[in-house]
Amino acid sequence: MTQSSWRMPRWFHQMGSPKWFYDFSGKMQPWFAVLALLLLSWGMAWGLAFAPADYQQGNSFRIMYVHVPAAILSQSIFIGMAVAGAIGIVWKMKVAFMVARSCISIGASFTLIALLTGAIWGKPTWGAYWVWDARLTSTLVLLFLYAGVMALNQAITERQIAGKATAILAIVGTINIPIIKYSVEWWNTLHQASSFSLTQKPSMPAEMYMPLLLTVLGSYCLFVLVVLIRTRTQIIETQSHASWLMQHKDVSGA
Amino acid sequence: MINFMLVIIRRDLLLVARRPAELINPLVFFVLVVALFPLGVSPEASVLSQAAAGVIWVSAMLATLLSLELLFKLDYDDGSLEQLLLAPYPAWSLVLAKVIAHWLVSGLPLILLSPLIANLLFLPTQAIPTLMLSLLLGTPTLSLFGAIGAALVTGVRGGGILLTLLILPLYVPVIIFGAAAVVAASQGMAVDGYMALLAAMLVFALMITPWAAGAALKL
Amino acid sequence: MYFESLDTLWHMAGHGSYVWSCYALFVVLLSINVWHAKGQKTKALRQAKAVARRNS
Repeated sequence: MTQSSWRMPRWFHQMGSPKWFYDFSGKMQPWFAVLALLLLSWGMAWGLAFAPADYQQGNSFRIMYVHVPAAILSQSIFIGMAVAGAIGIVWKMKVAFMVARSCISIGASFTLIALLTGAIWGKPTWGAYWVWDARLTSTLVLLFLYAGVMALNQAITERQIAGKATAILAIVGTINIPIIKYSVEWWNTLHQASSFSLTQKPSMPAEMYMPLLLTVLGSYCLFVLVVLIRTRTQIIETQSHASWLMQHKDVSGA
Repeated sequence: MINFMLVIIRRDLLLVARRPAELINPLVFFVLVVALFPLGVSPEASVLSQAAAGVIWVSAMLATLLSLELLFKLDYDDGSLEQLLLAPYPAWSLVLAKVIAHWLVSGLPLILLSPLIANLLFLPTQAIPTLMLSLLLGTPTLSLFGAIGAALVTGVRGGGILLTLLILPLYVPVIIFGAAAVVAASQGMAVDGYMALLAAMLVFALMITPWAAGAALKL
Repeated sequence: MYFESLDTLWHMAGHGSYVWSCYALFVVLLSINVWHAKGQKTKALRQAKAVARRNS
């Protein structure tokens, strides 16, 4: 394969420029903020007060509208972090490492939310806060993976090295996530814990399904918003020698 | 390249031979952790034999991680790691050679010691061959994944606990299938499926970890 | 609305405490994330401004 077939479109390389990313993300940021606020409050209000209760689980079913988005985001953010890290390694793109680093805390937060809401949901449903259910257990392992990435990122003071090290760990973790999930699910059937899961609904009417769609989309917008803010923060921190930043209206205060 | 790897393996084994404590310490640790368990839970055979598989596997993991901390550290400290990375061979071959040497001095003795440990925990005798075989397939996987962590924390102050934090979550599938195999064997059930899965994980680890650890070493 | 009154919305037939605490957790933890991210950015901007002033 020749070198040229690997060439990426222009916008891809533009993204690697801290200045371009800073300006572009500055324009996008308000949109994601509005969308996240709108979608989340709409979806949550709908889920809390307007969606019908589940015939089996009653009102505790409403927890799903915050649990499922958190669970989905916890996994997508880890994968996103690995993808950003891989882009950083392959194309030597500093901004990609910054994006990967920005994913850590928001991803860990979503994982923690998924774990805690799952446990709270368990109390009225299973009668105990914690059951070694396959989904809860693999979410717990995912939280440990985030903890590892976080610890490694903080232990290495040199930013460039920390970015690459985090990327490698995130990639290895992502490759392992399916294996971990499969093994935990298999282990769970072996020990026959609960057969009743928060996320498995055979058929859901639209009025129950729509709020979920809203909160999932809203959560994605919120994730993008936080990543944009954190990445811009890192650009400011690392580019304080660059003249474009010093003359930028955000800094010079025009 | 094979020669390069053999030289590394020989060199690492010689280094361990000069400092036998490195060989013995993880083993003592392994036996110690296992011996603490009956003291903490119950010395009764019915309880211990049920928990034996899990206890042995967890202890094996901790012992492996404990010894892995030094995998690249000593070479890093005396500067020879830099020289080795400058050699005209891919970094993954260096990682693989070092992992093989490490496994020979940590994993292998642990497997040889496991029948004794199994006896301490009243594991049914019929499960002992399975225990040894599952450890034979599983401990190299542990060493390989641990090598990534060891490479990442080389040069980081206080890397030991960090290494454990990074790598233990990745050990989840190994402990699930490794311990399940031993449990199945002690109940007289077939274990080929578990062994196949453990072997598959070893092959998988051989494919990705030398590359990842090599990339981490170059940081 | 699915519930007849605000009171039944609050109690949710005995499940209210679980449901409301989950939603509160979701809102609080995510708000902390946004708030913290914004705080860090303000701090970084302030430092960058100080550097800019020193250089000019």
